Amino acid sequence: MIRLENVAKTLSPRFTLAPLSLDFENSTTSVLIGPSGCGKSTVLRLLAGLIAPDSGSVKFGEEVLQPGNAQDLRLRMGYVIQEGGLFPHLSVEANVALAARFLKRPEPGIRKRLDELCELAALSPALLKRFPRELSGGQRQRVALMRALMLDPALLLLDEPLGALDPVTRHALQKDLKNIFARLGKTVIMVTHDMGEAAHFAGELILMRDGRIVQRGTLDDLLKRPADPYVTEFVSAQRSALGSAA
Amino acid sequence: MKALLAAVALTLCGSACAAEALTVGSKRFTESYILGEIVTLTAQRAGEARAAHRPGLGNTGIVYSALKNGEIDVYPEYTGTIEREILKSTQPLDLDGLNRALQPLGLSAGVPLGFNNTYALAMREDRAQALGIRSVSDLAAHPEVVLGLSQEFIGRADGWPGLKKAYALPHSTPHGLDHGLAYEAIAAGQVDVIDAYTTDAKIGRFKLRVLKDDKLFFPVYDAVLLYRADLPQRLPRTWAALAALRGAFDERRMIALNAEAELNGKSFNEVAKGFLGERPAQTPGGGFLARLFAPDFWRLAYEHVMLVAVSLFVAIAIGIPLGILAYRVPAVRQWVLSAVGVIQTIPSLALFAFLIPLFGKIGTIPALAALFLYALLPIVRNTYSGLADIAPGLRESAVALGLPPDYRLRVIELPLASRAILAGVKTSAVINVGTATIAAFIGAGGFGERIAQGLALNDNATLLAGAVPAAALALLVHGGFELLDRWLMPAGLRDEAVSPSV
Repeated sequence: MIRLENVAKTLSPRFTLAPLSLDFENSTTSVLIGPSGCGKSTVLRLLAGLIAPDSGSVKFGEEVLQPGNAQDLRLRMGYVIQEGGLFPHLSVEANVALAARFLKRPEPGIRKRLDELCELAALSPALLKRFPRELSGGQRQRVALMRALMLDPALLLLDEPLGALDPVTRHALQKDLKNIFARLGKTVIMVTHDMGEAAHFAGELILMRDGRIVQRGTLDDLLKRPADPYVTEFVSAQRSALGSAA
Repeated sequence: MKALLAAVALTLCGSACAAEALTVGSKRFTESYILGEIVTLTAQRAGEARAAHRPGLGNTGIVYSALKNGEIDVYPEYTGTIEREILKSTQPLDLDGLNRALQPLGLSAGVPLGFNNTYALAMREDRAQALGIRSVSDLAAHPEVVLGLSQEFIGRADGWPGLKKAYALPHSTPHGLDHGLAYEAIAAGQVDVIDAYTTDAKIGRFKLRVLKDDKLFFPVYDAVLLYRADLPQRLPRTWAALAALRGAFDERRMIALNAEAELNGKSFNEVAKGFLGERPAQTPGGGFLARLFAPDFWRLAYEHVMLVAVSLFVAIAIGIPLGILAYRVPAVRQWVLSAVGVIQTIPSLALFAFLIPLFGKIGTIPALAALFLYALLPIVRNTYSGLADIAPGLRESAVALGLPPDYRLRVIELPLASRAILAGVKTSAVINVGTATIAAFIGAGGFGERIAQGLALNDNATLLAGAVPAAALALLVHGGFELLDRWLMPAGLRDEAVSPSV
């Protein structure tokens, strides 16, 4: 579906993403996990074409992601950031329908899609007329997900989508999101630093540290066949969270 | 055939010829205002042309370029100034000599008014007596006296530089003072010597001694009319009336007229009417309130508002795109931001001096250009910083949605920056209301006319009658923008507290 081939990127003198290759299969959910500054968000931004690799390439299907086609390819991806990235001057509806209206899709189709998405994300349609600041944090993330799904993209990229939420809201949304992913059958790539959340969502975890991939595998692999002492260290440091989620 | 042509010419002429106009200029000091007013009234009485006065057009450079460009037809000038400042002649010229040199410029000088208003140095009588100073030569032995000279005197070839050389004066060149304020400074003992005109009303009032020009350095400054050479043919009856002013004054008469305006608080128009034996119309003098709401109030307010509004509109139309350019193209960012910053540091009179020859005219156009340039910085800066300060997450979200740059700018970025941009426009508008007062120095009108007059007369009531409405206008503009801010601000960006429903 999408893959990095020998991609390297230097963002600052202190941070370099080592040349790495990663392949994401269709209709799977993968989680990039690791401590702050390990490069997991950088990988996501490379996949979304928000930054260009110094060397190597990003392939979306058979197409190489380049400045020339990035804009079109982005219409086939959904991207959600931690704070939701909702535009404060636009209503919920305008936020969600933004890309569709830019593409001049017919309005009845947009309305129908808005209804579907409200149902999917469990958002009351009454909230569509509100502005983002009139919503709770959990509602804002639901809206951000709706916006990402508006054009029914094949790929969903989520950068710490639940990171700014309180634990109760977070827990509720974790369950809802997992159901939604299962229902839609899309390729999902999510970034988190929380082991419990990672275990909740993913069949496959990609643990990163200092711009490298330490291990890729299931939770079971990471627990029982750690590739590196750091894997055990990272997993056990988060054990309490893991206990509650697993 | 000839008769037909004449008839056609007459018909065409009908309205246009009756509207033949004469514009009189004057410089920014009492005597020039009064003489300008007298010339204007005299021309009006001839009944041939609509005569208008554009008073207080700054210094010689500004009023002269106005004459050369045909913005004005005539103004009172002094032979010494024509010789040295305008013709830059190194040898003394009589009136015939002046006219020979003026001919190629399409100008003439004539109608000697009958008095000589030359430069002089003046000291307080008591101080002069104590130091035993009677003539300019005596100053050479007193390097300790403090000079308080006007900017124009310091800058002119026939002023301080020449005088210092001719008398070998040891004093270093002081900082310039406004001539209107120099008398207060010498009365308060802050300076010992000021430059004065020999017809200054205040020489007597402040008990000053005029130092004898024993080396005859100062040239003769006979008051004459400097006019466009075609004036006598164009308006013969008007010209005949003006020519009758020849010899109508002497120094004492002029001092008395100056004193009526400066010391007795009469308006220039009243003084002029008094001189011409007319009964003055309604007295605009009197208290501050009477001057504030003098009949010219609405005209000045209209001119002031138009100066600010038009320059601001153009500054918005050009400043916002420049701010966007600075945001989008890092290569030109520093150039754009530095350029608008540097413009802001140019003193307004220097900017006018540069813009007047550029446009070939005085008045509204160069004033608008200057105000436009001053309004750019806040608008460009705020547009740039409003865009640059958008949270990176929001900017990236817009990119990630697959929206192209122009669409992002229009639908996302500019609305998000709108509050900062509007704040920049507000700053420009308020600053421009203040700066527009300077526009009066080049005949663009507005409340600055009263401020310039008040400064020239050293009359605080007139000055305040200009400054107070200008300040009130600034507050009004500020308040107006506060309302506009609430009205224009995208609803989602307002900060009224709304409790989120969970």
